[in-house]
Amino acid sequence: MTAALIGLPLFGAATLLLGGRRTNAWGHFFAVAMSASSFFVGIFLFIQMLGRSGEERAVGQYLFDWISVGRFHVPFGLHIDQLSMVFVLLITGVGTLIHVYSIGYMEHDPNRRRFFAYLNLFVAAMLLLVLADNYLLLYVGWEGVGLASYLLISFYQHKPSAAAAGKKAFIVNRVGDVGLSIAVMLMFVTFGTVTFEGVAAGAPQAAPSHVTWIGLALLLAACGKSAQFPLQSWLLDAMEGPTPVSALIHAATMVTAGVYLITRAHAIFDLSSTARTAVVTIGAITLLLGAFIGTAKDDIKKGLAGSTMSQIGYMILAAGLGPAGYVFAIFHLLTHGLFKAGLFLGAGSVMHGMNDDVNMRHYGALRTAMKITYATFGLGYLAIIGVPPFSGFWSKDEIIHAAFGQNIYIGLATLLGAGVTAFYMTRMMAMTFFGEARWEKGIHPHESPATMTAPMLILALGSAFGGLLLVFVGDIEGWLEPIVGIGHSDHAVSNTILIPVTLLVVLVGAGYGWMTYGRRPVPVVAPENVSLLTRAARADAYGDALNEAVFMRPGQYLTRALVWFDSKAIDGTIGGLSAAIGGLSARGRKLQNGYARSYALTMLGGAVLIAFVLLLVRL
Amino acid sequence: MNPNNYLVLAAILFTIGALGVLVRRNAIIVFMSVEMMLNAANLAFVAAARSTGTLDGQVAAFFVMVVAAAEVVVGLAIIVTIFRTRRSASIDEASLLKY
Repeated sequence: MTAALIGLPLFGAATLLLGGRRTNAWGHFFAVAMSASSFFVGIFLFIQMLGRSGEERAVGQYLFDWISVGRFHVPFGLHIDQLSMVFVLLITGVGTLIHVYSIGYMEHDPNRRRFFAYLNLFVAAMLLLVLADNYLLLYVGWEGVGLASYLLISFYQHKPSAAAAGKKAFIVNRVGDVGLSIAVMLMFVTFGTVTFEGVAAGAPQAAPSHVTWIGLALLLAACGKSAQFPLQSWLLDAMEGPTPVSALIHAATMVTAGVYLITRAHAIFDLSSTARTAVVTIGAITLLLGAFIGTAKDDIKKGLAGSTMSQIGYMILAAGLGPAGYVFAIFHLLTHGLFKAGLFLGAGSVMHGMNDDVNMRHYGALRTAMKITYATFGLGYLAIIGVPPFSGFWSKDEIIHAAFGQNIYIGLATLLGAGVTAFYMTRMMAMTFFGEARWEKGIHPHESPATMTAPMLILALGSAFGGLLLVFVGDIEGWLEPIVGIGHSDHAVSNTILIPVTLLVVLVGAGYGWMTYGRRPVPVVAPENVSLLTRAARADAYGDALNEAVFMRPGQYLTRALVWFDSKAIDGTIGGLSAAIGGLSARGRKLQNGYARSYALTMLGGAVLIAFVLLLVRL
Repeated sequence: MNPNNYLVLAAILFTIGALGVLVRRNAIIVFMSVEMMLNAANLAFVAAARSTGTLDGQVAAFFVMVVAAAEVVVGLAIIVTIFRTRRSASIDEASLLKY
């Protein structure tokens, strides 16, 4: 049954890719059907899991021996437990909604079949990632989503910027993947196995330094896939892909793989406070950096991408808090998956109505023209800034609470992040839906078709009530407790003080955003005369410039130096040696002059010399 | 008689032969000079055998004679052939086999 989860979308992708043009007419419906049936299998497994008690809920499915060499055995086994289950439901659920949305969004695209094939491929790879029962099989899924992400970002391959963005995402992800492969190798060296079970069992006996290094390597992997500092630069460019891709991959699912990895490897992180500190630090930096970038973007998708970085920063930070935070990391991941997918689909709907213009300075006053989009985007907005009782409030507040329990500075960082989030989301809301219309000539905004609005409505409902459901009906803490344990950290600040303070910070951020962008007219052309901070944020906090200066340029110089060394020093030595031998032999050849008498003289000279030497030696 | 005299004579003959090989151009003369060097060596062998009273030197002289006889046959045949084709027995003119 578990294998069918992965098999169905994989079959869909294979059919669409191998079937070619014959599947053009019905390919997208087939892809939606495969994704939906995978979702129903997930629901079925979920109900089965509910029927069992806490400890027996984890089920493994052994398929076959994948690798068996000497002491190295890797089974091709699937493992479904409470943690995998929430991911399966999120991936297939949100994935299916986005498949449905794409039917409308990609209606006029000549390559729609290819698009749906890649979407199915992505769903299959992501499911393999969360269902694998060992780190090596997880790595296969990890690379699979990387591939699908690359194919989808550069989907508009005729645009050079999209092609470049796809390559950039792929290359930056490779840096993180190196971390994961190092971690897997270290695990094999340390524990002799790469299964989740074996690593968790062996971790307490292993050398602490090994455990720390494994943790740091896993963090590098998570940074690559989840666009965390310092590997964040690819996510903003990834917005070159079609908007449903941004919603599915670069907001709701793939980028959360890093959070899954850290939570799954909690046995490692529980034992190494160094690795945990590194995780928390990375999370805190990214959540502020992403929010900072989000404040200055005029491109609605890039603004949301900055926000995604920031929200995943929250999750990584929570995961780094140890047992006190894992549950809230996953909780925030779920609520974020719902509201961020909804926000991205809303952005796609706006773009659809505005002739694919992404510049928010050309929007304005869309609340009357696109009522459904306005309502769903608005619910997502309330959820992300954390207004009770919408879903973001429940998860974000818990993370802030746990962060204050760990360290006052980390707590303040999360609190500041919440305020900045409120600011940039209010800015986005105000520039898009309020104010006066700044539409370009010939643009007539219209509401999107039902295939697009229906998924948006469902996700908006999720944004509104997901948090309530998960806390009061789903009991997310109790659900995940058998997997990640539950830790009661000593909370320095009680929730009765923290919630009002958080809400106040959010209100200040939102109010400032409204004062700046809602009450005053928004210039159609971005003002040039802005502060240094705004410039930095517009330039993605100089992430690309930094990468170019620190990695790309020195790399180029290094290769150039190596090429020079190769052509001059190595080729020169070899070439010079052969030329010297050639020249010497050309001269030595002249000794062979054909005169017998000169040979005789040489022989006589040699014989005399030998006789002379013999005499000398004897004397 | 003092055997040293024979050795001195052998050395003189060898030197004359060697100089003949080096300075003369006519192939026949060069050939004769080579024979003279061989016979100088034979003389030295025989003189040494006589003074030590053993037969080793005598045997060696016989071997040299046999080899020299064989060499004369081959060498003269080559010289005659060269003369027939080039109308000259100068070894400096027969210097085509070179670099």
